[in-house]
Amino acid sequence: MTKSSLLVQDARTAKRNRAETRFKAYGMAAIAVGLLMLVILLVTIIGRGTGAFQQTFVTLPVTLTEGKLDKKGNRDLADIKKVSTFGYAPLLKDAFEAKVAEAGIETALKSKAMAGLLSKDAAAELRNYVLANVDQIGDTVEFEFLASGRVDGYLKGRVTRESIANDKNINAAQLDLVDALVADGSIAKKFNLAFITGADASDARPEAAGMGVSMIGSLFMMLVVLALALPIGVAASIYLEEFAPKNWITDIIEVNISNLAAVPSIVFGILGLAVFINYMHLPNSAPLVGGLVLTLMTLPTIIISTRASLKSVPPSIRDAALGVGASKMQSVFHHVLPLAAPGILTGTIIGLAQALGETAPLLLIGMVGFIASNAPETLADGLMAPNSAMPAQIYEWAKRADPAFYERAWGGIIILLVFLITMNAIAVLLRRRFERRW
Amino acid sequence: MSLKTLTTSTLAIAALSATAAMARDQVQVAGSSTVLPYASIVAEAFGENFDYPTPVVESGGSSAGLKRFCEGVGENTIDVANASRQIKPSEMAVCAENGVTDIIEVRVGYDGIVFASDINGNGFAFTPTDWYKALSAQVAVNGKLVDNPYTMWNEVNADFPAQPIQAFIPGTKHGTREVFEDKVILAGCEETGDFDLYKAANGDDKKAAEKACIGLRTDGKTVDIDGDYTETLARIESNKDGIGVFGLAFYENNTDKLQVATMGGVEPSTESIASGEYPVSRPLFFYIKKAHIGVIPGLKEYAEFFVADEVAGPDGPLAEYGLVSDPELEATQTIVADETVITGGS
Repeated sequence: MTKSSLLVQDARTAKRNRAETRFKAYGMAAIAVGLLMLVILLVTIIGRGTGAFQQTFVTLPVTLTEGKLDKKGNRDLADIKKVSTFGYAPLLKDAFEAKVAEAGIETALKSKAMAGLLSKDAAAELRNYVLANVDQIGDTVEFEFLASGRVDGYLKGRVTRESIANDKNINAAQLDLVDALVADGSIAKKFNLAFITGADASDARPEAAGMGVSMIGSLFMMLVVLALALPIGVAASIYLEEFAPKNWITDIIEVNISNLAAVPSIVFGILGLAVFINYMHLPNSAPLVGGLVLTLMTLPTIIISTRASLKSVPPSIRDAALGVGASKMQSVFHHVLPLAAPGILTGTIIGLAQALGETAPLLLIGMVGFIASNAPETLADGLMAPNSAMPAQIYEWAKRADPAFYERAWGGIIILLVFLITMNAIAVLLRRRFERRW
Repeated sequence: MSLKTLTTSTLAIAALSATAAMARDQVQVAGSSTVLPYASIVAEAFGENFDYPTPVVESGGSSAGLKRFCEGVGENTIDVANASRQIKPSEMAVCAENGVTDIIEVRVGYDGIVFASDINGNGFAFTPTDWYKALSAQVAVNGKLVDNPYTMWNEVNADFPAQPIQAFIPGTKHGTREVFEDKVILAGCEETGDFDLYKAANGDDKKAAEKACIGLRTDGKTVDIDGDYTETLARIESNKDGIGVFGLAFYENNTDKLQVATMGGVEPSTESIASGEYPVSRPLFFYIKKAHIGVIPGLKEYAEFFVADEVAGPDGPLAEYGLVSDPELEATQTIVADETVITGGS
């Protein structure tokens, strides 16, 4: 029989130590796989999405011909409004032709094909400018128009001369003109603020689409969720945790809250459609309805995390408060709740982040679709006027035919992720700073 | 803290329910995902050129849109349903039951349905017969109906390459599916003469025979796509042997990834569809609730703008995007101007 020694490992100790080393290796491998997936995900998202933050613009001086825009010549806004965006197309054609001639570029293209390099949004931009600056009719004004999605794709490398062989939206001669204008400095890529602030655009002009209005929609939904879910959730948890008797009714309630937390979100969407829209007659596509539906979804999360943080406040605090003569309510509101607040806030923020990224329930209440409304002007408008939400906007873009929308969908994901990371970082920060341990 | 928030939020809810009675001031549209791009182009231009807010356009398929359309009259129901097929008598009946009686039918133009495969794969020149033989649940072999035995395209038609049959077709909630069944599968069924066999098998019942004709095989050679064309495209990108059914406009936006097959020797294009040479096309519609005109601001203006010459005409933005404009657009404009409703039965 060998004597056991602290210095010399016997066979069984060595075996146990090897098992431990192996287990550590498995753990590290698992983390490595997780990290690798995260890196792949982030690289894909950033690689595909950053393009959306840059957009190709065309600098073009346009003569605002009086004969086309204000035939009567009396600068009457009502008359000028009658000229639709279609009436502005000839101005753009003339402007482009003049520009090409001035730059000394030789091309066999007709003026219509030249103006085809511009976004369809250009006519709308021009019209808005004229309506806002009626006195400038007759002058020549320099504009920076969006280039069409194909031209933008060409500058970003998505569209190549090979890929357009069968494309009837753009041809090689037009690309030659683009090359010449790029050399001339009239066509250039710039930071695209409109992507962050703008509204959705139709299928014919992917280059003009932006996230801004759907961001506001998301913001209003989050406001509704915060205003409803936080007080209701906290009140419910305080009652259940501090005041409610422990009997079979509270047990059933507790089980049901846990169950609700696991209900698929689409179920809340159907509920929202049936109750809020069909029964209560709230309007379709309104962020208020979206917020109400998401409130239902977020409530269980908030209740569960609030109860957990109330539970973690030691009973001695309550006893001490009651001992010096505080009422039950005073002990809860003066002592327990402030101590539990960091945990409650963390749970709320995580619940909000979850609601922010939710699309499924919005499908059924009309928040997914072509919703290109302007940014709301009043609080009531923001809640009631139709709007989309960030994840719904991303989903919508990913479905569209033009590949230019695909890039914007990825760009939208970047914006959404920035929001989610910020919210989660705030949650972590709050927990770090204010959480007390006993 | 909690008490204060509670009271504030109760007040907020009260204030909100007061505003809920506020009238809706924008047009609400839902329906066919084929019509969606056109409707969104119109909605955008409408918002720019008029003082009305931009209409909201949702997709979801023709049937889903018409179902919502027929839910009733009132501000919480949609005003316009887009459809890539005509409304059915059964749907009209549901509509009438719910009080939606006066419906204006507007035909905006035509859309081609194309068959496309991966750009680097084999090219095809189809006839309806080929599709019928490839996808039908039962086909005639030696004068008898048997379960579809074909697995390769060259078995269907000796001119085709030896490529496994794999089709991605629109699911049943899409209007496109019906056109595919009618103009391709049923046409093929009749071309091959199998129709008579089906008719005999169903006791001379023409309706039953038609239904049997369009029964598709369920062994995975054809896959129903319930989503949009982007999903079909993704399927083809991952399975290079796949052949998908697309709208012409979608194909024209993705010519770098897809090659289009001819049908009956005709290549699909707006010209060949307008002239009627390319056989697989269908009209696109939208339906308006007459009861909402005058209640929802801008509804009639939206409809008139949609079918105006400068929008839906041959040089308009819709045609540019892929819509085949309707040669009888003027008649449609009159229908919208006069608010002519469809009479039952059509």
